[in-house]
Formats: sequence, C-alpha cells, structure tokens
Amino acid sequence: MSFTLIGKHEKDKRSCRDGYVQAMLELMEADKSVVHVDCDLMGCINTKKLLAAFPERTINAGIAEANAMGIAAGLTATGKKTWIHSFGCFASRRAFDQAFMSAAYAKLGVHVLGSDPGVCAAYNGGTHMPFEDCALYMSVPDAIVIDPVDYAQVYALTKKLTAVEGRLSYMRMIRKGFTTVYADGSDFEIGKGVTLKESADDQATIIASGIMVDESLKAYEMLEAEGIKVRVIDMFTWKPIDEELIVKSAKETGAIVTAENHNCTCGLGSAVARVLSEKCPTPVEMVGVHDQFGQVGAQSFLQEAYKLTAEEIVANVKKVIARK
Amino acid sequence: MQKAEKMQALREFAAEIRVETLKTIGSLGFGHVGGSMSIVEAMAVLYGDVMKVDPKNPRWEDRDWCVLSKGHAGPCAYATLALKGFYPLEETRTLNKPSTNFPSHTDRTKTPGVDLTTGSLGQGMSTATGAALGNKIDGRDNHVYVFVGDGECDEGQVWEAAQFAAHYKLDNLTCFVDNNKNQLDGPVDTVMSHGKGIGAKFDAFGWNVIDVADGNDVEQIYDAVQEALTVKGVPTCIVLNTIKGKGATFAEPSGAHSSQPSPEQWEEAIAAAEAELAAVKAAK
Repeated sequence: MSFTLIGKHEKDKRSCRDGYVQAMLELMEADKSVVHVDCDLMGCINTKKLLAAFPERTINAGIAEANAMGIAAGLTATGKKTWIHSFGCFASRRAFDQAFMSAAYAKLGVHVLGSDPGVCAAYNGGTHMPFEDCALYMSVPDAIVIDPVDYAQVYALTKKLTAVEGRLSYMRMIRKGFTTVYADGSDFEIGKGVTLKESADDQATIIASGIMVDESLKAYEMLEAEGIKVRVIDMFTWKPIDEELIVKSAKETGAIVTAENHNCTCGLGSAVARVLSEKCPTPVEMVGVHDQFGQVGAQSFLQEAYKLTAEEIVANVKKVIARK
Repeated sequence: MQKAEKMQALREFAAEIRVETLKTIGSLGFGHVGGSMSIVEAMAVLYGDVMKVDPKNPRWEDRDWCVLSKGHAGPCAYATLALKGFYPLEETRTLNKPSTNFPSHTDRTKTPGVDLTTGSLGQGMSTATGAALGNKIDGRDNHVYVFVGDGECDEGQVWEAAQFAAHYKLDNLTCFVDNNKNQLDGPVDTVMSHGKGIGAKFDAFGWNVIDVADGNDVEQIYDAVQEALTVKGVPTCIVLNTIKGKGATFAEPSGAHSSQPSPEQWEEAIAAAEAELAAVKAAK
C-alpha cells in the first residue's frame, strides 16, 4: 500500500466511473478473460467505451438484473473474470439470491459494481437509494465489500479485485465527479484501512469510507482548530474488516466515531462495533443513516437531511470523548 | 453403430440409471423421487451418447455441459455420473448424509461432473446461459444442456434467461423442459398454468421449439437432440412430455414431488426397476 493524500476538498474533474472504465480498458486489453456485464446502464457509467473497444466481452443483459447475475456466474464458470454493474439498489436487493447462490455459494467469484451508493442516488430518490446494499453483501460468507471514495481509489481497487478469484466481491461506486482524496497512482490493499491523520495526542479515531472520508478530513480540521486532535482512517474495505487497525486505534485513542453513507444497522458502524465488543470494548458513536429510507433531492440536501456532514462528525467526536 | 443398437444401449443405460437413482434416494429413505425419475431417459441420451465428457477430467474445457436447473433432480445426475465413471457408485449412497459430496441439490463445488450449482429455481437457466455465452466467446465447439421443470417455469428468471439466450443467438444452448405436469402443490394446471403452453412461450421468446410426445422414450429424445444440434442462430427448447416419478412404483401414480415411502415400498420399487432392467437387456 502506498498512497498520496491530497484531501483539499476539491472536486475532481473526472468521475469515479472513469476510474473503473480506465482500469477495465487496461485489464481487458491485457487479459482476454476479463468481461463486463451491464443491465441497460452502460450510458450511466460510460461503459460504452468498453463496448466500443471489446464488443464481444462487454455484454448488455438488459433490464434483468437477476438473470444478469446468473449470466455473470456462468461466464465465470467458463474461466472469465467477470464484472457486473447496476445501480447499487438493484445490484444488491434485486439480484441478491443470484449473487448468493449462483455466484458466492458456487465459489464463482463474480465482481459486483453497485453505482450511486446511498445519498449519491440523489434525484433518483428513495426507490434507488441503497442504504442496505453493503449490509446484504456483508451477510454473504467470505465476500469482499468495498466502499471507495474517488477516481484513484476506484481505479486501483478495480485492478486489485479483478485479480481475486473464487470469491464474490461487491464494490460501491460514486458515479460522478467527487472530491479528490488521493493522488493518482495511489495503491491500496484489500482489507487494510488507510490511516490518513495520526498523532500521539489523538483523543478519538474517526473510521470512515466513501463520501464520508472527505467529511472526516473536514471534521479533523474543525476539531484541530479547537485544539482537539483525532485520528482519521479510511476503512474502504468493510469486509474483511481491518480488525488489527480498529483495535490498535481503540487502544491508542480510547474512543471511536464511525461515519458511513449507509444504514448504521449492519453497516460500517456495526462491523466496527462488533470487533470492538469482542476484542477491545470502547465507546463508539455512529454517524450514518439510522434505520431510515431514502428520499429524493440534491446530494447536498440529502447529506444535511441524514446528517452525513463534518459538523455531525465533530459533534459525535465530542460526545464520544465525553464518554471515555 | 447402427441406430437400433444405439437405442438398445441407451434403453439399457436408462434402466440402469433408474435402478441406481432409486437405490441412491432409497439409501436415505426419502427425497425428490418424482423429478429425478422423469428425466432418466434424457440423461441417458446425453451421457450415454451425445455429450463429450471425460470422467477423469470433469472440468475439461472442451466438454459439453449439463446443468440441472431443477437442482432437486440431483440424485438422477449422481447415479448417471457414477455409472459413467466419475466416481464409484457406492459414494452416491451418502446422499444427504453428514459431510456428503452428494447434496439434495446439485453443487459444482462438491460433486465431480456437476457443472453448475443449482437449487434456487430458475437460477440454473441463467448460469447455463452464461456458460453457453462464455464458451461462445472463447470459440469452443461445445454445447450446454440445461433442464428446467415445468413448475420451475413459474420463475420469472427462466424467461429473463430465455430472452437473453435468443438475443445472443446461443445455438450452443439446448433447454429441456421436464414437462411432467406436476409441481409440489399439485398439477401445474391447477397451481400455476402456462397460458398457451411452455413450448408456445419459448417460441414467443424466439427459440426453436421441439415437442417430444414421449419424453421417457430414448429414441424420441435422441432424434430431438440431433435435430437441435443442426439448428443455427437460435437456442433450442425441447419439451419433454414426461411422467413424474416414472418407474417408481410408489410415486408414479400420484406424481409426487418428494416421497418418503416405507422400506417395503422401496424394496418393491427397486425390484420393479431391476426387473425392468432385466427385461430391457433380454430384449436385445
């Protein structure tokens, strides 16, 4: 793992989806066994570029996600390294039995890409707003669940996951341009959290992923201005979760705040709390969606509505420090 | 080999599969007899003559594939593959016992020769279709056979896969519909009927459809498969009009989905199947 933190809260001109597409163009060029299956959403994530370059290995299954998941599993059984994409809500809920049995149970390591995680579904509204997609996939034995943040991370992890065989993976993906956290060329290890801010004086640890990483970095700055030092970890792999890093941070800082664009029930917060309750009981506060359905609106409005903000992280850091 | 000789051999193979399927389920005492027995002849045709397989190398890349989307017919596959030499027959007698490699529904990770994992109905139709596409992308000259039940055709996924297979012109895919007219809760026409018929539905989805009047007759099945292999540009559906529980004396009259007969009834059924095998051999 080698990364360069930018973290200036500036929006990337490129989309996260372009990170996936660029990685796939390179993978498909180098390896004839790499295939992409889509569900009539190629226009949404620019995979028409894959179709133009590799028409035989870019498969549109139409608006039929359950079948598409089975097609992906069948392709994998013939030796393909298979990615399948739909919106996160459909890539999880709509095709879950197929992902579970045809792929995971059968030890066919399909790689599932779910776009528009949580509030990123914005104007598609509550019907399309997955706060439960990772929860479903985390319930699958031996699955890998990833919530990345930006172009560089999506690019790197697309390549890393493609090399994993025999094991189902689910990666969420913000479709559009989002705040840059990492410089291009950053590399990541599946199952290893990234410590972005760290000092000997840290009074708490913020464990975040996806869109909440940048909010955590903003919270770090707000707290620092008040003289409160915190550790910030990008826990982009939710499963298998980095238990070692969670326990180390808990021991060294004594308090944890989790931050996720997902239902805290069965999400990142629950996963962290499970580790701590077993190995190092520590006060935890969870920033995220608290057992609510999605709704329609701009992402900025939704982040306020569900309190997925730096301000909320700051408040929870103070709350958890007070519990120490 | 003359066709008559070939048919005789396939009839014998079918009779053997029937005996061994009954003994396999009978070793446990209960199970999915109905849907295992109805496809015996089709399995005999596939593994006895049509399919390229290598029992010593079950994952041979150029093999033909067989997927029981109606995964509960596993015992018939287990008996067939054992008789074909994939593993010793005795192993099938561990069916559903602790740590067995022969679970109720077919599992590619456990049983040599099982190509895909099935059990949740409708899913094998999609995975088989995906395998056919994968083989086509790689330019392999092989074929994928998939079995779906008529009751299973209630599942919308069967039809999602059917439209996909036709759209991608998967002529290396043949789907057998085990049209045995019964599902768990009773006759298909009572529980959930199929409109203008399953064959008509596949036809509407753009498939070549062949209706086999007696789906428990090896010669009719053989002829249909040979015809299917000549059809290019579309997948073929072979509707097998079968009898659920065929040859199982305790199950055939009721068309039951699963059975738990008494030990005496098992003995009677196995004896009847063995007598049938002897009669088929004697007819040579």
